[in-house]
Amino acid sequence: MNAPDPFAGERPKLSPFHPRLLALNLREAWSAWNGYKFAEYYYDPEYEYFCVRNRVGTYDISPMQKYEVKGPDAEAMLNRMVTRDVGKIGLNRVGYTLWCTDEGRLIDDGTIFRLAADRFMLTCGSPCGAWLAKSVFGFDDVTVTDLSDELAALSVQGPTSCAVLKRMGLDGVETAKPFDIRHFDFKGSRLMVSRTGFTGDLGYELWVSPEHALAMWDALYEAGEPYGIQPYGEAATNMARLEAGFIMPAMEFNEALKTIHFEHDQTPFELSLDWLVDFRKPHFSGRSALLKEKREGPKYRLTRLDIEGNRSAEGSHIYRNRRCTKQIGYVTSAMWSPAAKANIALAMIEPKFLDGEMWAEIYYEKELRHYNRVARCTSRDKPFWAPARARATPAPDF
Amino acid sequence: MDASDLPDGIREKAENFKIRGSSGKVNIALSALPRFTGVPDNPYVNRGGQAFSGSMETLERAYDCWKQGRWSDDPFVESVIPSAWDPTVAPPGQHWMSNFIQYCPPQLADGPWTPEQRDRFGQAVIDKIARYSPGFKDLIVHMEVRTPHEIEQEIGLTEGNIFQGELTLDQLFFNRPFPGYGQYRMPVRNLYMCGSSTHPGGGVSATCGANAAREILMDLRRPNTVPEDDFFDE
Repeated sequence: MNAPDPFAGERPKLSPFHPRLLALNLREAWSAWNGYKFAEYYYDPEYEYFCVRNRVGTYDISPMQKYEVKGPDAEAMLNRMVTRDVGKIGLNRVGYTLWCTDEGRLIDDGTIFRLAADRFMLTCGSPCGAWLAKSVFGFDDVTVTDLSDELAALSVQGPTSCAVLKRMGLDGVETAKPFDIRHFDFKGSRLMVSRTGFTGDLGYELWVSPEHALAMWDALYEAGEPYGIQPYGEAATNMARLEAGFIMPAMEFNEALKTIHFEHDQTPFELSLDWLVDFRKPHFSGRSALLKEKREGPKYRLTRLDIEGNRSAEGSHIYRNRRCTKQIGYVTSAMWSPAAKANIALAMIEPKFLDGEMWAEIYYEKELRHYNRVARCTSRDKPFWAPARARATPAPDF
Repeated sequence: MDASDLPDGIREKAENFKIRGSSGKVNIALSALPRFTGVPDNPYVNRGGQAFSGSMETLERAYDCWKQGRWSDDPFVESVIPSAWDPTVAPPGQHWMSNFIQYCPPQLADGPWTPEQRDRFGQAVIDKIARYSPGFKDLIVHMEVRTPHEIEQEIGLTEGNIFQGELTLDQLFFNRPFPGYGQYRMPVRNLYMCGSSTHPGGGVSATCGANAAREILMDLRRPNTVPEDDFFDE
């Protein structure tokens, strides 16, 4: 008989897809997400990034937090909590949204799936159960259930993603519009497919019960073989999302409930996510603080920068002058973008300096020697990566 | 412009510029990803490029063929399979292989290129690859064979030389394309040249253009806006 594990409860949890992930993680490059063992990469981060851009990649999002919000008061309760008008999210549609503290500071971003008039699924990167419990207060007829461990989820992203899902037998999936939800019978279980993702490309997310996860994986990989299907990890995700201009916790924003220093967290307006704040609906958490901020203007604006040279501006300060005497902001994420062929960054810039010159002081290392350069930055209105196929309906084969 | 308007000797220098083509191209459509003897059947490894070379002597003999106005029947073949990285460039499950071959002359010693000779050159390439990939010939769906003759006819590259001038020591660096004209200025004022015929030659994309732009800015007494320090390199 095996002795009990003296460290039970401390070891990372394993995703329902773990047996397949384990076989494919040649580099044993594991990190953790919400207590789950989670791949930083499987073979090589840049290889996986290119698979997402040229082929099809799968990203295990089972560790993402998932909550069912159900009952006659579910819509009202969510509307009281988040900044967007949940009433405008139609049946079998997904809405990207934010939720804030009463001070209008961002707690987290996530998606709301409307699965029935009175039933929703909220997903987010970090556990949100305590905030949901507070948000339910005052609503009589709503229940919140944590589904995080009860639903396996796999993101399928890239130009051939739709072709692969069709080949897997998901008839009609190509007619799903961005943010649509479709339900399929799959080997005796229900498979939910949403046309959502975090790469800025054509892509889907597949939701299935954990006991059917491996069968779904196998069917997907069998269908995807001629289309070059490949798992990708956190590192490739971070590259793809930066090109798409999506924000990442602990990069662009610090979750307000985990931030100690005053205003080291962010607001939706600072993150240039104005379109997600709907003042036409009644009161919601942070409403008055956000109204005040809208009136007075945010302290920063998250800005897309195109920077000269090819050295990543990660961690750089942004200055208004080449001599770097007047700081006007800081870089939150940066990389050389293979798809855009540009040295890109997201940066928080003080709004009054947005129209003037911007210079990044870039420190870099070359074979153990350290250098620095001051590089001119140009702000860009559009995402660095937004291919037509990401929005096209019916979705193209590639 | 009349030739007599040019400085003495420049025409002769230009005419002496060696531009003989030496490489061919064979594009092959394949019904499946080829397997290679000794290479593990591993999706990461077999997506890479292949160089079918052989010994130093093989390479030298392949070059001898070119000198004698023949294509090499045991050529040096360098291959990539782009569809292994990007399946959208071929039908699902199928592939295309791009092969660069040395050596292949622009003219044959025994007369002009004919379609039959072109196909025999293609066959020599297939035979070479098949020695390292049993079953390769069965995968071939379609082939496109290009000798320097076709490259000149189709793209207009003189003598099918993909480097727009041979990369020999006497016509490299400050001597490219020929002595006295390594700075992108033509003998006529305000006329400049760039391209693979100029320094640093073929295979160094865009650098000749950046260099030429820098010379033009210098002549116009404009500040140099062309990136040049190691901040831009990799």
